[in-house]
Amino acid sequence: MRNKTMLLALLFSVNALAATPQELLKQYEGQAKQESPAFSGFSAERGASFFRTARNHSNGQKVSCATCHTADPRNQGKTRANKVIEPMATIANPQRFTDAAKVEKWFGRNCKDVLERACNAQEKGDYIQYLISIK
Amino acid sequence: MKSWMQFLVLITSITSTSALLASGGAEGGGSQMSPVTNAKWKAECSSCHMLYHPGLLPERSWGKMMGGLDKHFGENASLDPATRDEITRFLVTNSADKSDNRRSSRINQSIPANAAPLRISETRYFTSKHDEISPVTFKRKSIGSAANCIACHQGAEKGNFSESQVKIPR
Repeated sequence: MRNKTMLLALLFSVNALAATPQELLKQYEGQAKQESPAFSGFSAERGASFFRTARNHSNGQKVSCATCHTADPRNQGKTRANKVIEPMATIANPQRFTDAAKVEKWFGRNCKDVLERACNAQEKGDYIQYLISIK
Repeated sequence: MKSWMQFLVLITSITSTSALLASGGAEGGGSQMSPVTNAKWKAECSSCHMLYHPGLLPERSWGKMMGGLDKHFGENASLDPATRDEITRFLVTNSADKSDNRRSSRINQSIPANAAPLRISETRYFTSKHDEISPVTFKRKSIGSAANCIACHQGAEKGNFSESQVKIPR
């Protein structure tokens, strides 16, 4: 009985460790290594500054991730069309970074909107690292 | 007449009458748009803005809209081709020029044949229906802009824009 309980507990903890944000990070790590041989891991700090840095968009406006997601990713954000965006930080919204296709869809759109180019794997990994690190 | 035959006649007349009533209310020239739905349309077209009913614009507008999602009102709203095509088909099937409810027909009639507007708020139907609303009201924080139908028309996403149900927030 005790063995069974322990086995069950182990299974659950393994399951929790294999949570999808980590799996996504693994995938981006693989890509990042291909993109740059000098890759040396993801950084929550770099992700945080990436999130907040405002860029001069060719439309004349200054934009950053925080423009819509707010400077505190534990908060709800708002789209330009007045629709609520659920928080990006996993502590406030455990659904984040659990669906690879969804994550790629939004990186694809929003990187082009904010940076006017695609994001590389280093940037994507740093971004996720930051948002899962927030307490 | 045998009783089972009478019963059959009765049932047949009841079903045909209710079918007539249903088509008259929902599609056959009713005043409100029919409550159509498609899972991909619902999921993809309401993450950034309210869900706009296909009966609000004609086919040519939806075609133009879905062909330019990479520059969708200044934002990138690209979809994978399969999802985009499925949603386009749904929008076209239920577009204003393919619906016979009164509101869709009037929206459609208010658009010149050579125009394919992307903003519902730029159609003559919209501007004439909202001529008593000041631009300041549209800019209220609780509303945002004329694109946010649902702020005042609670049933907007289901295609219900009935004037009696309008509540303009402070």
